[in-house]
Amino acid sequence: MSVNPKRDESSVAAGYAPDVRERLERDAKEIIGRYPKTRSALLPLLHLVQSEDGYVTDRGQEFCAEMLGLSKAEVVGVSTFYTMYKRRPMGEYHVGVCINTLCAVMGGDQIWDELSEHVGVGHDETTSDGRISLERLECNAACDFAPVMMVNWEFFDDQTPASAKQLVDDLRDGKEVHPTRGPKKLCTFKEASRILSGLPDGLAGDGPAAAGASLEGLRIAKARGWTAPAKGETQ
Amino acid sequence: MTTLTPVLTENWDRPDAFTLGGYGEYTAARKALAMDPDAIIQAVKDSGLRGRGGAGFPTGLKWGFIPQGDGKPHYLVVNADESEPGTCKDIPLMMANPHSLVEGIIITSFAIRANQAFIYVRGEVLHVIRRLHAAVREAYEAGYLGTDIFGTGFDLDLVVHSGAGAYICGEETALLDSLEGYRGQPRLKPPFPAVAGLYACPTVINNVESIASVPSIIDNGADWFAGMGTEKSKGYGIFSLSGHVKRPGQFEAPLGITLRELLDMSGGMRDGHRLKFWTPGGSSTPIFTDEHLDVPLDFESVGAKGSMLGTRALQIFDETTCVVRAVLRWTEFYAHESCGKCTPCREGTYWLKQVLKRLEKGQGTEEDLTTITDIADNILGRSFCALGDGATSPIHSSVKYFRDEYLKHFEIGGCPFDPAASTLWGDA
Repeated sequence: MSVNPKRDESSVAAGYAPDVRERLERDAKEIIGRYPKTRSALLPLLHLVQSEDGYVTDRGQEFCAEMLGLSKAEVVGVSTFYTMYKRRPMGEYHVGVCINTLCAVMGGDQIWDELSEHVGVGHDETTSDGRISLERLECNAACDFAPVMMVNWEFFDDQTPASAKQLVDDLRDGKEVHPTRGPKKLCTFKEASRILSGLPDGLAGDGPAAAGASLEGLRIAKARGWTAPAKGETQ
Repeated sequence: MTTLTPVLTENWDRPDAFTLGGYGEYTAARKALAMDPDAIIQAVKDSGLRGRGGAGFPTGLKWGFIPQGDGKPHYLVVNADESEPGTCKDIPLMMANPHSLVEGIIITSFAIRANQAFIYVRGEVLHVIRRLHAAVREAYEAGYLGTDIFGTGFDLDLVVHSGAGAYICGEETALLDSLEGYRGQPRLKPPFPAVAGLYACPTVINNVESIASVPSIIDNGADWFAGMGTEKSKGYGIFSLSGHVKRPGQFEAPLGITLRELLDMSGGMRDGHRLKFWTPGGSSTPIFTDEHLDVPLDFESVGAKGSMLGTRALQIFDETTCVVRAVLRWTEFYAHESCGKCTPCREGTYWLKQVLKRLEKGQGTEEDLTTITDIADNILGRSFCALGDGATSPIHSSVKYFRDEYLKHFEIGGCPFDPAASTLWGDA
């Protein structure tokens, strides 16, 4: 399986089509308007162009530079610093496996090895059909659900090698998959990037407030009748 | 026996906890905006609240450093870049109860005289970001944000800003650079953010849980909060239990609870296994062993035993876990996340990684142990920010407690542990 699909250089080199450009400018201006100083909008705008192109393209960085009055070098200097900005096309579904110590020990290493072999790509690589990319993640702040995976930055808790492979097979087959703590339907990598730019999709009401391990302490407290002291009860 | 005290986690089992309806009426914010701002700062000082992001700096004192009447805009920036390995409290808190944070932001901004606040949230948590945006929108619609809040004339705008994958942005000055649209690299201090922070203006940067705790202090009083916890570590906090325990999760308890108490109430270690080592507050806090089960988890007691309370991220490892493997992986993390600004951290973490790789494969020598502790000595206290210092914690503490295990690796020419035995399904 080829590791990275060919970039469509002809389309990205030409800059954005006028209607796309107009839409991006409208979004960009809304985002920039939230900040006391325009440069603060650079990270959001990089997410925005990633939502258009699937990665941070040359034309995307030129767009950011133009919108913010920066040189392209200033934009590139920032985009290359942050791991979420991808420098080649990622899959429609970007699949991360936490390999930081706790998840790795709990099975994340085995999940990564088996999944990477199963999918046939390595870290930050994409399948030739453009559907799946894989990433070795650092701690994603869900250690009580170890081993943890993320797809397009939604939580897939308590994974095993078998569940990980099933998840990716389902994604490739176009079946619906359900994040453990997230919306009913998984959005694409591009759609996720748009939310990160500060333009949410209205799905906040989906999914549980909290689930599984998050509720363990509260469950114990309720079962034993433990509460925080009432007002005036402590000294 | 210490019991759990759910405050911030109290409504998490409500399906609508993340909505205004599931949270409440912002009674603390209403009360606070009728107070003298300085009285709010005093109440938070009196409560004894200390920063919940790891460092434990007194929150009210930090607010008091903001110069008043200086004619400059003031800013509140919430550090929601939770990325310290093992730390997993702010993310579920913002997922389930984002309004506690928004209400805390209103009160804090009013106290420090800020009309603009930001939540800088790590980017890799999409649904949490949705919930924050939704909570902020609800608060605007209810008139709790925007202009003339509660008819008091106080104006506040709040922006949810997503990061883009950089652990270093949890360092407060790197966070500010990132929020200004630069690479997230730490700034030289002084000047401190209270004097020259965001856009060179006075800025308070606080952790999510610190700010979310403020409404409860205003609602119930400083004495109520100070009545929990220990003498110098007051109040409650969320303890995150993960790893080889029967029931991992979030446990909100007074500071000073012990790991033994938390394990007792949650069912203990997984069956047939015993505690080997653990972190009290994330990977940047020196590891503890089963000798430390009864150390009160407060800033002073944990410090007295040679570690740090940090973020109360209790990562628990049993006897199947190779400590060298664990330390190597943490070290790879620090090397990956080092921002490159200062030489001790950039070069030191790189070389630690190289030597540890050799050690883990059983190709090292006893001299390598001197080398890694020497490198760590040259990072600790000499790096530009706390990332470098944090990178040395697993090194020093693991060599201190598990020197023999390092030696064993090159005695037998490999790792004596079977990684399959440590997995979640290893016992099956």
